[in-house]
Amino acid sequence: MELKKTPLYDEHVKLGGKVVDYAGWALPVQYEGIMKEHKAVRTAAGIFDVTHMGEIIVKGKDALEYLQYIFTNDLSKLTKNRIIYTFLCYPDGGVVDDLLVYKIDEDEYMLVPNAANTDKDFKWMIDNKKNFNIIIENVSDQIGEVALQGPLSEKILNELTEEDLSEIKPFSFKKDIIIADVKALVSRTGYTGEDGFEIYTSSEDIKKVWNSILEVGEKYGIAPTGLGCRDTLRFEAGLPLYGHEISENISPLEGDLKFFVKLNKEDFIGKEVLEKQDKNLSRKVVGFELKGRGVPRENYEVHKNGNKIGHVTTGYFSPTLKKNIGMALIDIAETEIGNEIDIIIRNKPVKAEIINKRFYKR
Amino acid sequence: MKILEDLLYTNDHEWLKVEEDKAYIGITDYAQDALGDIVYVELPEVDDEFEMEEAFAVVESVKAAADIYIPVDGRVLEINEDLEDDPSLVNEDPYESWMIAVELEDKSQLDELMNSGEYEKFLEEEE
Repeated sequence: MELKKTPLYDEHVKLGGKVVDYAGWALPVQYEGIMKEHKAVRTAAGIFDVTHMGEIIVKGKDALEYLQYIFTNDLSKLTKNRIIYTFLCYPDGGVVDDLLVYKIDEDEYMLVPNAANTDKDFKWMIDNKKNFNIIIENVSDQIGEVALQGPLSEKILNELTEEDLSEIKPFSFKKDIIIADVKALVSRTGYTGEDGFEIYTSSEDIKKVWNSILEVGEKYGIAPTGLGCRDTLRFEAGLPLYGHEISENISPLEGDLKFFVKLNKEDFIGKEVLEKQDKNLSRKVVGFELKGRGVPRENYEVHKNGNKIGHVTTGYFSPTLKKNIGMALIDIAETEIGNEIDIIIRNKPVKAEIINKRFYKR
Repeated sequence: MKILEDLLYTNDHEWLKVEEDKAYIGITDYAQDALGDIVYVELPEVDDEFEMEEAFAVVESVKAAADIYIPVDGRVLEINEDLEDDPSLVNEDPYESWMIAVELEDKSQLDELMNSGEYEKFLEEEE
């Protein structure tokens, strides 16, 4: 199957991006190198093409009621121009997807799902529409998106707009503002553990935004940044990735993300199972630091006293902390901070210690 | 891609520098570039013996782990411990960053390897 190209594909090639297949999209895993790009985001700024992310609009009289029914988080107090992170769950508590929900207006919301899940989510939402008076629209193909991330993001974006960006607080947004002469929606969100913005505009206009940001960002040390460092950055910040820390088979509670599951809310899909699971959780995602030599990798087994107690969900040599660290889904009895476990690397146990999985805090 | 004239090369993008009955082995500029930022190198121990095509080391970049295969039979005489302390040396200068030195058991095995001109052609075909 031919890979889908974002409107920025030619720019990636021009910048020397190493293009790979990511969920059916041709996207750069890196330009100059993952370490360098990772550092740029932690110390200055980086810009990611995230056009592959989906956008689904839900609007109509019953929009809130419907979203309350399909999502685990509580949207009842969400005000206009604010954003909430939530899960879409199956009745068995497994995760369909994790998404951001933007409240555009009283009866209108924009959902931002993972690229690989967008079609699945859309179908799931249609299948569970029942008699709710709403319209669900997948507008992913019409929208381009870039993420400007890093401590200097606001300074850079300031040069391209008349808008007072300091008014856009974390997890909020402004719609129809002008960035580089282009009408855009700008939110203070991201997936790196740094300050930053996500900018949504039409597929036609996204190239103008991308190039303008790179141009004015140059003197601040901005770098075009690829999927490689997107993953190492989110990992250091302890943020989950669908298919790793949460999935069809790993519930949000098992992913240690209970904060985004409001069990005291009225009925929602998955609530019954999640309530039961909450009282008797058998496994959970934790952070760990390797004490011996080696790099922990996804799916490596985790042992305690020679018995398998789980597996690594994500692991890296941390570019910021210069340590070999990981996240693992393990038996609840072994999840205490300070507990010693073994990571099986090429058939050999290597000692590790459970630590807080927010490895990096800005 | 940088290629040095006086070395021998393998299809797996390793280089050998032969000094009489001893050969230093590392990975080429092409290999380090393809792997990306190298964060971990696992080397064998001195006196370990390997047969041709066996994995003798592991090189890990941010994204992936790669086995490094030995192109000749041999016993390990020396290992480059500097790489264990600073794996990024392999990215910085792949031809200085030898991984092991082996005692060659059968020098005729070297005939199977490419010289620099042949390796250059091999790379062009790989592209």
